[in-house]
Amino acid sequence: MKPYIPPQIPRLALAFAIFISLFILLRNFLVPDTFGQYGHYRGASLIDNAQNEIHYAGQKACFECHQDIQDLKAQDVHSDIHCETCHGPGQKHVISGEAGDIIKPSGRAFCGNCHEVNAAKQKTVVFQVDLNKHNVGKNCIECHNPHQPWEMKK
Amino acid sequence: MNSSRRKFLKSAVTLAGATIGYTWLKSSQVFLYAAEPKDESLPWYGIVIDISKCIGCGNCAKACKSENDVPVEPFFFRTWVEQYTVRNDGTVDIVSPNGGIDGFQQRVPSEDIFKSFFVPKMCNHCAKSPCIQVCPVGATYDSPEGVVLVDEKYCIGCRYCVQACPYGCRFIHPVKKVANKCTLCYHRLKKDLAPACMEVCPTGARMYGNLRDKNSDLVKFLKEHTTQVLRPNLNTGSKLYYNALSSEVK
Repeated sequence: MKPYIPPQIPRLALAFAIFISLFILLRNFLVPDTFGQYGHYRGASLIDNAQNEIHYAGQKACFECHQDIQDLKAQDVHSDIHCETCHGPGQKHVISGEAGDIIKPSGRAFCGNCHEVNAAKQKTVVFQVDLNKHNVGKNCIECHNPHQPWEMKK
Repeated sequence: MNSSRRKFLKSAVTLAGATIGYTWLKSSQVFLYAAEPKDESLPWYGIVIDISKCIGCGNCAKACKSENDVPVEPFFFRTWVEQYTVRNDGTVDIVSPNGGIDGFQQRVPSEDIFKSFFVPKMCNHCAKSPCIQVCPVGATYDSPEGVVLVDEKYCIGCRYCVQACPYGCRFIHPVKKVANKCTLCYHRLKKDLAPACMEVCPTGARMYGNLRDKNSDLVKFLKEHTTQVLRPNLNTGSKLYYNALSSEVK
């Protein structure tokens, strides 16, 4: 005996089937290709993020040309400080080689960024001076060579 | 009438079947993306910030802005430095003028200072990060290297993640109108360069490294020091470890 199926059931089932297939069809076009490649995100986004342009070249690139500064720097307390800490982003300069593409900082305020006395700085980490007392009116680099701060200029 | 309806239904069912079949073949993308394969051959990045070494020069915040083209307005930062000053009466003064880029001027008179220190802040690259959990579209994610990244093309700018981050490390980019945050300089890591903030840190207060490699400098540091993450009670799985962290830090 054939079981009785109310007529609305197959009709509803059909309607559902159509909606679900439409959903899957639309989803197929709306979801990006690499979505779900590694997780719940667009896999190609990893490549997008990795392709951002670099502005800081890294110390190694600097020393390819400036071997003399590397040797100079190695002898004194600034040896662990990378070039771009003071000279700013150097990728442009690495490519062009132009002196105008790199910063040559000077001035008391610049050195003071690290060396001005502040209660929050540990004395063992950085040598601190009170900019209001230490040779006021003079530029730091008149006496100190920034690459070799304790070899005083005469 | 009747025959045309039958014809229509027939073609509809055929279309549905074909679509389902096609999607099925397309590596079963009908279902959830629950599984997240972790590639063991890739590094799993962690960060250490040594508060006792930070001198508040603000080079990290400055370098981050130029490396990642972060808007210059003083309220958009991917990394910034805060100065905490605990007074003798126990109150805490927290300042971060322009994220520390212009340096710090001690505004608490020295006779009132109990202690003072700098705290550099950046994305914690949490392993169970709240910002990823709230993203409604899957535009922010944990990369296979454990770096939390934003998909700028997919982000809808709803700001859920900005609210969800307990460390305040996200903002909406004023031009792109999408979420923006520290990427641990993912583009630099892929070129074997250190993140910009770590490249320029004069005292080596910031370190990054592979947590999977037990011989890496980072893991050695973690072994030899007592480090702490921010807000451990939230169980975010933060991978940014602070050395010499005081309880005043929020």
